Amino acid sequence: MRDGTHPRERLVVVGNGMAGIRTLEEIIKRDPHRYAVTVFGSEPHVNYNRIMLSPVLAGEKTFEEIIINDRAWYEANGVELITSETVTSIDREAKTVTGEHGTVRSYDRLLLATGSLPFMLPVPGKDLPGVIAFRDLADVETMVAASKTYKNAVVIGGGLLGLEAANGLKLNGMEVTVIHLPDTLMERQLDPSAAHLLEQDLIRRGLQVVTGANTAELVGGGEGGRVTALNLTDGRSLPADLVVMAVGIRPNTGLAKAAGIECNRGIKVDDGLTTSDPAIFAIGECVEHDGQIFGLVAPIWDMAKVCADHLTGTTTSAYRPSATATKLKVTGIDMFSAGAFSGGEGCEDIVYRDGARGIYKRLVVKDGCLAGAVLYGDTRDGGWYFQMMKDAAPLGDLRDTIIFGQGLAGASPANPSAAVAALPDDAEICGCNGVCKGTIMGAIAEKGLTTLDGVKAHTKASASCGSCTGQVEQLLALALGDDFKVAAVKPMCKCTDHDHDTVRRRLVAEGLKSIPAVMQALDWKTPDGCASCRPALNFYLMCAWPDSYKDDAQSRFVNERNHANIQKDGTYSVVPRMWGGVTTANELRAIADVVDKFAIPSVKVTGGQRIDLLGVKKEDLPAVWADLNAAGMVSGHAYGKALRTVKTCVGSEWCRFGTQDSTGMGVKLERLTWGSYHPHKVKLAVSGCPRNCAESTIKDFGVIAVDSGWELYVGGNGGIHLRGTDHLAKVESEAEVLEYCGAFLQLYREEARYLERTAPWVERVGIAYVKAQMIEDADNRATLYARFLESQKFAQFDPWAEHVAEKQIADSYRPLAEVEI
Amino acid sequence: MSDWIEVGALADIPRLGSRIVRTSQGDVAVFRAADDHVFALMDRCPHKGGPLSQGIVHGHSVTCPLHSWVIDGATGEAQAPDVGCAPRFPVKLEGGRVLLDLASLTVKAA
Repeated sequence: MRDGTHPRERLVVVGNGMAGIRTLEEIIKRDPHRYAVTVFGSEPHVNYNRIMLSPVLAGEKTFEEIIINDRAWYEANGVELITSETVTSIDREAKTVTGEHGTVRSYDRLLLATGSLPFMLPVPGKDLPGVIAFRDLADVETMVAASKTYKNAVVIGGGLLGLEAANGLKLNGMEVTVIHLPDTLMERQLDPSAAHLLEQDLIRRGLQVVTGANTAELVGGGEGGRVTALNLTDGRSLPADLVVMAVGIRPNTGLAKAAGIECNRGIKVDDGLTTSDPAIFAIGECVEHDGQIFGLVAPIWDMAKVCADHLTGTTTSAYRPSATATKLKVTGIDMFSAGAFSGGEGCEDIVYRDGARGIYKRLVVKDGCLAGAVLYGDTRDGGWYFQMMKDAAPLGDLRDTIIFGQGLAGASPANPSAAVAALPDDAEICGCNGVCKGTIMGAIAEKGLTTLDGVKAHTKASASCGSCTGQVEQLLALALGDDFKVAAVKPMCKCTDHDHDTVRRRLVAEGLKSIPAVMQALDWKTPDGCASCRPALNFYLMCAWPDSYKDDAQSRFVNERNHANIQKDGTYSVVPRMWGGVTTANELRAIADVVDKFAIPSVKVTGGQRIDLLGVKKEDLPAVWADLNAAGMVSGHAYGKALRTVKTCVGSEWCRFGTQDSTGMGVKLERLTWGSYHPHKVKLAVSGCPRNCAESTIKDFGVIAVDSGWELYVGGNGGIHLRGTDHLAKVESEAEVLEYCGAFLQLYREEARYLERTAPWVERVGIAYVKAQMIEDADNRATLYARFLESQKFAQFDPWAEHVAEKQIADSYRPLAEVEI
Repeated sequence: MSDWIEVGALADIPRLGSRIVRTSQGDVAVFRAADDHVFALMDRCPHKGGPLSQGIVHGHSVTCPLHSWVIDGATGEAQAPDVGCAPRFPVKLEGGRVLLDLASLTVKAA
């Protein structure tokens, strides 16, 4: 490549990770035409945010969302990218590198960014199938795949990475045990008190934690020699179909060593990130600087700037290590640690503890300055403390109140926007990327930025772990005033600032199992919610914990509490279930008797082919149900956000056009799905031929028989906004119809917002998404179906019979007292 | 003049729920909040007569099951922007028993 008449110098970057590419970005920022660049990467991907692999594993982000530089970026900057090829040798004489597939590139300057390798414990069995590290996307894919087939996982190492892996595996449905050699978790970041709270939180989420545990060996013998157990040196044996080693990393120095570059633990670099060969630079987790090696991203960004300075001709800058802070990326666990938290000679501790609320804060003061901080449960002031540690200014009178945080310590107002406004320009906002307030405010003004994405793109602030997003938004609001609108989060109701999806995700992630627990953990603003949020929470909890959650009748809308439909005069309507719309003389006779006996004023056939008894008095309900039960009829759930009816046509049994037994199929579907509660009502239909007499194409799940099988449709409804269904799939067997129906309903139950019918839900997420989840991914379909069946085990009981049988409930339908006046 | 009538045990009313007391002048709904505070309202929403006893109880208020008006148990007033008032009755608890003062109904009956 040539720029005008001068040949460009050649720069080869070994390593397509965060450190190498960030350095490249810094170089391009300084001098875009200086180098012709080639990047080698071992992985098949573009540069992605390795820090965010934990949220990908936890299912909170997709891989696409964590890509930092897409292919278009490489092309736009004229960077040659060679993926899936590890560089195997450097010829320093000839100034060339050679890859494993034989690709050779010559260089004028070489940048080594080979990162680190996970440390694998040298125990017997460490090479068995099913034993992996947590380092790259392939490891995440291995873990997600294992969670679909296997049950037990053991994570070795209770540090940052190990706990994030354990949390992610748990969210993927595995039984997870974390074993940790020291006596307390995250001992490099937390003191024992905070570690104890963390351990309790993890146990509450269903993780097993074994501390002081030393691995003796891994036992194979599973399918294909796979690992089956992990034995501890104390004789205990833990079942393990998957073992994740997260016991530390070591710099990847093999290539450098083989080329004769000076290495110790890491590749030795000077303050300018230059190795013992002046043409070769190194950066990131592979280096050793002043005896120190690196595992967090913040110092690496500092290195990238210095390295870029030197590679573009500014040689006066020098890398100096700075304090680092740590946060755990487990949704719902707030933890912050920075500096010298363990105290020691000449240190004083200030401790705040609120055990009941799970809050612990410890500040370490040395020589009158803040030297370290450990925060658990409430980390809002982490950034403030961290800034004070970096400033190293004497605390003075602030020492008396500093533990209460920025809001109450009198340093700044409690209002978060005012607090951000009060920060100095050099206050660091984004710890991952080392972006300070002044840089962000400058970028907003110069580039005319108006959105969070804009700030991310131009400054990198909040582009890594995202925990400073709130502060960046406050800066945007500060700069733009009313012109800035925070990304629209629509709260569930006035009782909370959280939207439905957030509440639901946290409820599952944090193992919250009751309405009060959710309200406590998510800072509900009212003591017991309102008529809008309580039914939603009740449904979300029932869906998340079908086996253990006890339905809260007082959080049910009247119809679901009384198992009948309230009418405008306060009486009720009663609809017995008729499977597939099929009834018998006996059932009709029993219904007629009930109508006479209780003087029920009106009887009507519903749109879903059922019989509706209208005008039943509340106190008569249990007796009406008892009589209907006696004739073999159960609740039709015509009153619920539930499976209502399966409408059918007569099908091939009678109809001269019918191609399949649509009535029989309808009965089977109704037997499968009755009793299930949903975000909103759900209606099914089965038509026996494409004439579609059962109106399957305006149902939540509709089936139309054709000669060769069954066409399946989803997401339709009549109602105010008429919507025809989308075609989902064509299947051949009845068993498949049942599986697809159960899987679709479970996906809807788990992902739609309360009071959102399938039609708007399918419109919102797109039919392509639904297909990706349950048509293209057959494994996922099977798991969805399995979860539906599991949930049905606890849902398929007749609420009428229950209310008749339990005297206390039956009595509650009658007045508490009758009073003469 | 107050005239306390015992209508039943606190335990017979579910927390965050309600039971009714039937009178010749109409039903009276007796509510029990999460904190065991008890309040009593005429079981007729000022809007369209919906049975308040069948609504969802939250704080010291109830949301009508028919059209979601929110009625304040302390005053019987509907929450703004709706306007209307359900008659309320004094309640007291004595050793786990619930007593109502329905004098205002008696006056109406007389």
